[in-house]
Amino acid sequence: MTDKIPSNNPLPNKERAKLPRQRVPEQDAQVRAHNFCEVNLGFPAEQARQESLRCIECPKPGCVTKCPVSVNVRAVIDLILAGDYLGAASKVREDNALPAITGRVCPVEDQCESGCVLGKKGEPVGIAYLERFVADWERETGQFGSPVSAPATGKKVGLIGSGPASLACAGDLIQMGHQVHVFEALHELGGVLVYGIPEFRLPKDIVRHEIEVLRRRGVVFETNVVVGKTVTIDELMQEEGFNAIFVATGAGLPKFLKVPGEHFNGVYSANEFLTRVNLMRAYLFPQYDEPLYPCKDRDVIVVGGGNTAMDAVRSALRLGAKSASIYYRRTEKEMPARVEEVHHAKDEGVHFEMLVNPVEFFGDEKGNLTSVKCIRQELGEPDDSGRRSPVPIKGSEFVVPCSVAIIAAGTSANPLIQSTTPGLAVTKRGYISASDDTLATSKPGVFAGGDIVTGGATVILAMGAGRKAAKSINAYLMGAPKESVQEQTGTAVSAD
Amino acid sequence: MFEIVEARPLARGIKLFVIKAPRIARKQRPGQFVIVRLDECGERIPLTIADANPKAGTVTIVVQAIGKTTMLLSMLEAGDSILDVVGPLGKPSEIEKFGTTVVVSGSVGTAMAYPTARELKRAGNKVISIVGARSKDLLVLEDEVRAVSDETYVVTDDGSYGQKGLVTDKLKELVDAGGVNYVLAIGPVPMMRAVANLTGPKQIKTIVSLNSIMVDGTGMCGGCRVLVNNSSQFACVDGPDFDATQVNFEVLTQRNNMYREQERASIERLQADPEAELKKLRESNRAHACALETAEVSHD
Ligand SMILES: Cc1cc2nc3c(=O)[nH]c(=O)nc-3n(C[C@H](O)[C@H](O)[C@H](O)COP(=O)(O)OP(=O)(O)OC[C@H]3O[C@@H](n4cnc5c(N)ncnc54)[C@H](O)[C@@H]3O)c2cc1C
Ligand SMILES: Cc1cc2nc3c(=O)[nH]c(=O)nc-3n(C[C@H](O)[C@H](O)[C@H](O)COP(=O)(O)OP(=O)(O)OC[C@H]3O[C@@H](n4cnc5c(N)ncnc54)[C@H](O)[C@@H]3O)c2cc1C
Ligand code: SF4
Ligand code: FES
Repeated sequence: MTDKIPSNNPLPNKERAKLPRQRVPEQDAQVRAHNFCEVNLGFPAEQARQESLRCIECPKPGCVTKCPVSVNVRAVIDLILAGDYLGAASKVREDNALPAITGRVCPVEDQCESGCVLGKKGEPVGIAYLERFVADWERETGQFGSPVSAPATGKKVGLIGSGPASLACAGDLIQMGHQVHVFEALHELGGVLVYGIPEFRLPKDIVRHEIEVLRRRGVVFETNVVVGKTVTIDELMQEEGFNAIFVATGAGLPKFLKVPGEHFNGVYSANEFLTRVNLMRAYLFPQYDEPLYPCKDRDVIVVGGGNTAMDAVRSALRLGAKSASIYYRRTEKEMPARVEEVHHAKDEGVHFEMLVNPVEFFGDEKGNLTSVKCIRQELGEPDDSGRRSPVPIKGSEFVVPCSVAIIAAGTSANPLIQSTTPGLAVTKRGYISASDDTLATSKPGVFAGGDIVTGGATVILAMGAGRKAAKSINAYLMGAPKESVQEQTGTAVSAD
Repeated sequence: MFEIVEARPLARGIKLFVIKAPRIARKQRPGQFVIVRLDECGERIPLTIADANPKAGTVTIVVQAIGKTTMLLSMLEAGDSILDVVGPLGKPSEIEKFGTTVVVSGSVGTAMAYPTARELKRAGNKVISIVGARSKDLLVLEDEVRAVSDETYVVTDDGSYGQKGLVTDKLKELVDAGGVNYVLAIGPVPMMRAVANLTGPKQIKTIVSLNSIMVDGTGMCGGCRVLVNNSSQFACVDGPDFDATQVNFEVLTQRNNMYREQERASIERLQADPEAELKKLRESNRAHACALETAEVSHD
């Protein structure tokens, strides 16, 4: 039945399913545990072709339905088989503005690859690796064909924050002929992609390249502007002539455990630890000035089970920790981190301690962390999110020595914009309320998307929100009849 | 890139800079600060906005050279640039009509307290300034402070100028005499703690400005957390001003010592060849400026 669709795959279906999934080349675990270079090395062209040959070209491809932005995976794979890698990259870009990034960080086991029919009996097609392959090909051969923008509309849009939501929105708005100005609080552009996710998982050069492409297309970037402090949204709209605003400020506020001893030297929020290491390059001290409380030859524990926790623990390992452990209050099954990161962490020698929760930190007379007291937990009834919630086991406390403890227990919304923008409705938990359909907020001309609306989620969802916002901002600016003001509460997703 | 339009030594190891930063100049209020990063390899450090000129689009900072970053900054001159300046950050100081106010400051703290003292005066308060320094050559902005104060007392540890003693000696006299409604103290931690111990028992409203170690300055990292009334507060967004009687100064001191070893290593590196470090900064910032220009040209 697939024969009706023209295909570049020379193999009969039966043969295809027998091909083994290609293993992506990686840096050796023992070597990479001591450096910050990228772990995955990516497919060479031949392997990309081999992996593509496995695709049986389903008429109703599950990969596409399971992709949050519906990338036409099937068509991409076919273009790879035709040897048209640039065409394949353009195909991905039709739906996904940052393929070199998502190809590295998407939780594919819950998305496209979970939908792949081959996964029912064996292993799914390595879609993320293919996506990464075509995006890297495009970048490395310097052939990115800058799409032609629509004629200038004379409308000016301000984007707040420079994470994936904003970058995706910027790309679409500039294409539509609007002027786009991105404001970023930090000194570097990219949001979590540069301050959170480490170099060994997402090299900063890749993010920088995407931003350079946008800059060349005319997007203006202004760093060091904390909207709400340096300038307010009302000032941007009333005094600086912005016709619309997109708020994509992420969920950047760290949560602490609120247990005694969290002020001891050596207790970090994951945000601070990762910001020091990634954004400020503390791993290159003293070439870079940023200091970091030493991890070398010491015991480091990381509390949490998400991507943030994995990034922190693997960074600590690379900084020379004697031991680097994950302390998580549920079991491995409930850990929200990408499966590949958990595997990588284990291969590198990270220790996993499940069903435990810290209850107190202890320090010496100088205030330096010396140990942590934890309590063991068991899984009880499922909570609102459907996950079984952990219940402490009485009398199971134990104390372990550690010099550094990193808290990766989730984040919440930074209230800065919300508290300085009259008329902007927020949810009970402090996120910005935006219409599901249009991402319009309660304030005319102001749209919001990404983690600041959903709570900590994923890069691809943030990007999807950016694109959706671009569409409705365009409709708003070009006078589409649809009204822009809608009351709606955002759905919050837990990130820990 | 932020241009330094004026650079002038005020005292031994203390230097004033006027920096072009129009957005910050327009919005800043007394008590707020900026975070600067000198160059590509630099750390981010907070500095109080000592003054601003919205028309000229400039802000003034006064810096005491105590470590690598402040020493390197102090080597810069007019015409040099700072890579990143962001602000205004933190909550502005609370300005009300309190009645009789005493502003206590130590060395570079005087520059940090000055804008708030000026606003307190403007709001109709009686402003008494106690300006302290270890010795005469560490004293800054005395004339400026006198101009906005009803009474000014200068105190030096070694008696080289003004009264010999500690700022708290003078403060105690004033408090004992009665009639003080409000005290603002900005300076070294031991000084602020001593002030809190003096005025706290007398139920005089006392505010201190906390100098905890910061990174982003926007509430994103929690590194600046201080214990106030036994709960964790972020100095960069909840402060830097806090009620002195509620502050846990031990924890502040302990956390400020967190990077002692690395700070020492950085200073040694700088002192080994200060000129080379300065040259590196200038070259790096020049390269940045060029890159920015090219990007802007390609827009049109
Ligand atoms: C350590 C870590 C690892 C992760 N790993 C993965 C992963 O592997 N895969 C995945 O899919 N997702 C991952 N995530 C989640 C993902 O990164 C986020 O969901 C995504 O980045 C959200 O994008 P955003 O554009 O909404 O916001 P962000 O990326 O958070 O960007 C927001 C930006 O806005 C800026 N900002 C905030 N306030 C202001 C203001 N007032 N004025 C100006 N600028 C402001 C911030 O400085 C920031 O740069 C990870 C998150 C973290 C923290
Ligand atoms: C809100 C605020 C306002 C300030 N205003 C002024 C000012 O107007 N003028 C002035 O001279 N100083 C000011 N400081 C102090 C100034 O930030 C530090 O002196 C400076 O960071 C020291 O950096 P360094 O590399 O020169 O010295 P280092 O050798 O790195 O540090 C010396 C000491 O400074 C403190 N410090 C180090 N790094 C930081 C950091 N990133 N953030 C905060 N403190 C740090 C530590 O307590 C350390 O023990 C202010 C601090 C804060 C928090
Ligand atoms: S679901 Fe798998 S086999 Fe089917 S089209 Fe998508 S990638 Fe190919
Ligand atoms: S400096 Fe990062 S939260 Fe205050």
